[in-house]
Amino acid sequence: MVTTYAVTHGRQMPAISRVASILSRNVAALRSGPSYWLVLLSGFFEPMLYLLSIGVGVGALIGNISVGDKTLSYAAFVAPAMLAVSAMSGALAETTYNFFAKFKFVRSYDSILATPLKPMDIAAGELVWAMLRGSLYTVCFLIIMVALDLTTPLWALVTLPATMLVGLAFGSIGMAISTMIRGWQDFDLVHVGQFSMFLFSGTFSPVQDYPFAVEILIALTPLYHAVEVLRALSTGAPSLGILVSIAYLALTTLAGLMVASRRMSKALLA
Amino acid sequence: MTEPLIYARALEKKFGDFAAVKGIDLEVAPGEAFGFLGPNGAGKSSTMRMIGCVSEPTGGELRILGMDPVRDGSRIRARLGVCPQHDNLDPDLTVFENLTTYARYFGIPRSEGRRRATELIEFVQLAEKADGKVEQLSGGMKRRLTIARAMVNEPDLVLLDEPTTGLDPQARHLLWERLFRLKQAGTTLVLTTHYMDEAEQLCDRLVVMDRGKVVAEGSPRYLIDTHSTKEVVELRFGTESPASFVEKLAGIGDRLDPLPDRLLLYTADGEGAVSEVHRRGFTPSSVLVRRSTLEDVFLILTGRTLVN
Ligand SMILES: Nc1ncnc2c1ncn2[C@@H]1O[C@H](COP(=O)(O)OP(=O)(O)OP(=O)(O)O)[C@@H](O)[C@H]1O
Ligand SMILES: [Mg+2]
Repeated sequence: MVTTYAVTHGRQMPAISRVASILSRNVAALRSGPSYWLVLLSGFFEPMLYLLSIGVGVGALIGNISVGDKTLSYAAFVAPAMLAVSAMSGALAETTYNFFAKFKFVRSYDSILATPLKPMDIAAGELVWAMLRGSLYTVCFLIIMVALDLTTPLWALVTLPATMLVGLAFGSIGMAISTMIRGWQDFDLVHVGQFSMFLFSGTFSPVQDYPFAVEILIALTPLYHAVEVLRALSTGAPSLGILVSIAYLALTTLAGLMVASRRMSKALLA
Repeated sequence: MTEPLIYARALEKKFGDFAAVKGIDLEVAPGEAFGFLGPNGAGKSSTMRMIGCVSEPTGGELRILGMDPVRDGSRIRARLGVCPQHDNLDPDLTVFENLTTYARYFGIPRSEGRRRATELIEFVQLAEKADGKVEQLSGGMKRRLTIARAMVNEPDLVLLDEPTTGLDPQARHLLWERLFRLKQAGTTLVLTTHYMDEAEQLCDRLVVMDRGKVVAEGSPRYLIDTHSTKEVVELRFGTESPASFVEKLAGIGDRLDPLPDRLLLYTADGEGAVSEVHRRGFTPSSVLVRRSTLEDVFLILTGRTLVN
């Protein structure tokens, strides 16, 4: 009989090519739809506008602020937070709306699960894709930060991989949520959550300025940890403390992936 | 003897308390065209999904290509071609990309995927549509594309869940002709249908399923010969209820089955039976003598019609 590649030598497809097959599907879809590019652009401009209006505009009124024992310009304080936000919204846009549509309505995943791929392969592939979309934003964002003298080229290079981790963490949270919600209307709730984090996670003011109980609450949110890491790196002042935040983001990524793939199995492999 | 591609014993599928498949035995040999014939809700799709390793059996034994679907699902699926009951083509991709992308899921290299896609699009006669989006295809074209997609990994076993349901006669015949070619090329086909003509056209052997159980098994010819008579007379009596004639016509032929709109009379000799009806003084508004079909087999076995 004819050879079938996946089993040519009785071995399974390597994980990397399983993930790559999901990516290549998304690349093909990208090529064929101009509307997607518009969505892509809008996702980038939002945090950029905040940086310019609040960071630079309001920053001119505020002048310098001090966090801990460091003093920095308000724009340099806000910029890494907006960088985290762009990684977050890029990744979330993929794993909420797009993922949910494929999962529930278009049912693309049903057809993929009839192939050697498993739910975890799909989840991992879509997550990497979401992270790449976030990274497209953060690369541009970092270039602008360097141009505005809000970070140095070297620290920008160090910050980039950290923004990828931020994308992975938010992407996997979004995906886990997408496998649990009932319909589009539930995304309003996701938005409220996203927006509250956007306002309060040490984005526009240091969390130490809040009451202690609120500070604890904030310290539990993923955006807070994302901002902590990116701010420490982009301002060139990493401390050992950010290892906790890095671990938090890494664990979140794994947990989100496991929830998502398990829920997919339950829903699609009944 | 070669090992069967599908082997099932007391195979069962429950959804909560509800048993969709209630302990069926199956064996499908390489090269066979095997069918599941049954009405809505018989458990055909549930069985197909278990065979396709996308649904775990809740009881009994199942082996596909000699492997265990739960443990080796991924390896089995690498050698299956699946055409699900409801088309799930990728609407964001072109016709051609639907095939090349699917090939990637099997780990088929890009260039080889393109070669196969070109060949298959030719095979299912969609060459002019290759660069169009899926939504521009008619129902029959989508079905053909789904079948092409199922062939992209050169499968050892092709599963077709109601390949022609909802298509017009012309589209159905075109599809049957393509499937017949696959069958002649030695591909093992397993299909479900609730059209007896489809089962007769394509299947070497089939099982009749009803409410989760297999009620009969054999070749179409064998099933007709064993469960039905050679001929069937269809009698209509205008506005009068067919059931009211059962007693009056008792003794003619082997069996009488009243349907809402007509009376079926099973007999080896149709013409003879019709003369007998007239001799007893009845004049049906229409009389049709025909050969027995699988539809009759189903009616005799279950007391119900296939297509409702
Ligand atoms: N995921 C599910 N959860 C609960 N019940 C299900 C599920 N899938 C199928 N069923 C039930 O199992 C029974 C058999 O369904 P199945 O789809 O296998 O029938 P079928 O023979 O394919 O019918 P059709 O000709 O309509 O496609 C039906 O009563 C159906 O409602
Ligand atoms: Mg079905």
